[in-house]
Amino acid sequence: MTANNVRQIVLDIIADIAPDEDVTSIDDSKSLREQLDLDSMDFLDIVMELRKRHKVEVPQEDYPKLATLESCVSYLSPKFA
Amino acid sequence: MSYDAIVIGAGMSGLAAGIRLAMFDKKVVILEKHSIPGGLNSYYQRRNFDAGGIRQFDVGLHALTNFIKKGEKGKPFSKLLKQLRLSYDDFKLCPQTYSKISFPGMELKFSNDFELLLNEVYEKFPTEIDSFNALVLKVQNFNELDLSIGYQSSRQVLKDLIKDELLTEMLLCPLLIYGSAWEDDMDFAQFVIMFKSLYFEGFSRPEGGVRTIISLLMKKLEDAGGEIRFKAPVNSILTRDGKAIGVDVGGEELFAPVILSSIGYPETVRITPALETISAPRVGAMTFLESIFVFDKKIPTTQNDSTIVFYNNALKYAYRPATNYFDDKSAVVCFPDNYEAHNTSGEGTVRVTYMANYSQWRELDRSGYDAKKDEVKASALGLVKKLVPQFDGKLLFTDIFSPMTIERYTWHLNGTVYGSIDKTRDGSTKVPGLFIIGTDQGFLGIVGSILSGISLANLHGLMASDS
Ligand SMILES: Cc1cc2nc3c(=O)[nH]c(=O)nc-3n(C[C@H](O)[C@H](O)[C@H](O)COP(=O)(O)OP(=O)(O)OC[C@H]3O[C@@H](n4cnc5c(N)ncnc54)[C@H](O)[C@@H]3O)c2cc1C
Repeated sequence: MTANNVRQIVLDIIADIAPDEDVTSIDDSKSLREQLDLDSMDFLDIVMELRKRHKVEVPQEDYPKLATLESCVSYLSPKFA
Repeated sequence: MSYDAIVIGAGMSGLAAGIRLAMFDKKVVILEKHSIPGGLNSYYQRRNFDAGGIRQFDVGLHALTNFIKKGEKGKPFSKLLKQLRLSYDDFKLCPQTYSKISFPGMELKFSNDFELLLNEVYEKFPTEIDSFNALVLKVQNFNELDLSIGYQSSRQVLKDLIKDELLTEMLLCPLLIYGSAWEDDMDFAQFVIMFKSLYFEGFSRPEGGVRTIISLLMKKLEDAGGEIRFKAPVNSILTRDGKAIGVDVGGEELFAPVILSSIGYPETVRITPALETISAPRVGAMTFLESIFVFDKKIPTTQNDSTIVFYNNALKYAYRPATNYFDDKSAVVCFPDNYEAHNTSGEGTVRVTYMANYSQWRELDRSGYDAKKDEVKASALGLVKKLVPQFDGKLLFTDIFSPMTIERYTWHLNGTVYGSIDKTRDGSTKVPGLFIIGTDQGFLGIVGSILSGISLANLHGLMASDS
């Protein structure tokens, strides 16, 4: 799966969790939390959706690796390989 | 039968917890003793053929706190929507006009715009402007979600800030009666939660009342594949080697490593043999009487346009069990017809809440009970008359429920509404795997208990199972 596919997977999940957010203008290198109205509960949902939809597991100690869209892609890509 | 998690009680917190777990494919069952969901905020109907047939009533609902406008972010209600994947429009919220705190010779109005209360305080307590601003700042900066903070007396905090005792009493009145398990005082973290929910955010009511909320939650639960059983009383919580392993429900054993109980902390301890040796959490003393009056017409807005009146007929606010069955010196009077775009029927409704005294009501025999209810009715009608003296509507229907009614239908010991005075802020008990959600985790009201169910389901049902 390409980096772009992984990026889209994460964006789709965010769009479902936070339907009021505009995900088209996200800066990939900046913290998601600062750009969108996401709190720790929402990050849990990203993790839960990754598991539910794609059988990808993110252990709790790795949650910080989901901080930016860029870090999401580099952390998750091997898991989708 | 084995589950990933068992939820005890289908009130607001139990339904929310069940939804969160089912949403992420956990095998979960909600066990409810009553035949319908809702718990302390359920619904019922009364038949009266002389006056218009069957009428539907909500048990509790005066106000849905934590009002937000569509699209507002980062607030408790917006978190609730996101976590349960519900849409704002589904709730069909009708905002309040304004509410007021009415003490002898002094009135403070508040609405869904905090400016109103701010201006009221500035105008009526001009010497307290700085201290009120300091309080507001303290509330804004307080992290009420930090579960490690211990009990702190709100009265003490207020005393250090505000000099005019009348202002303190007036500010405390709605916050205490809408959410304090403690007599005359409340934990400051709880004060902050309530201050934000009532004064910063405000009130609305879903069109259709509490049924609208309950059916949204039931539908979500069903869509997510969660199981729910009614008339399913949990008799005991089973443990092995000190850990929770399941429940006995009506004689059948169900197993799960995680049990979330919303029935109350003392109530949970009572059915957990493994907790027999701990000193039981104390049952709170605060319980109420609710009178609902239906009139043949609405109260004209020229006579009253406020939504809720927090009435107190002394300079001090005494928030404690009534000394004589019910306390008519203070009351919450709700005029649900004054939610915007609400009641389209011709009838008018008024709800009056009094503080009550459980042990006195329990002692009454049938005729004594009925006679006391008649006294409550006369007194509450007198108060309505006092608030809207010109109103000449004809009373069509009255329903009054007492602490005994609350106990009978929700099994909360002593008919308490705000639960134990010993909260378990992180939900934990001495039995690993057994957690308290809802009221006795310290989050109450409709919005609070839903958020409690969500966050503990996240913590102990979803995150814990990662490892
Ligand atoms: C008169 C009144 C007015 C209120 N007004 C408002 C208001 O205007 N706004 C607001 O936000 N809140 C209001 N509340 C408070 C609000 O209703 C509660 O804070 C909230 O509903 C608590 O939800 P909960 O899930 O914590 O507990 P509960 O609703 O008590 O849920 C517990 C459930 O467990 C069930 N149960 C008990 N024992 C067992 C057992 N052994 N086995 C299985 N099930 C069991 C009960 O039947 C119940 O359904 C009011 C409450 C009352 C009584």
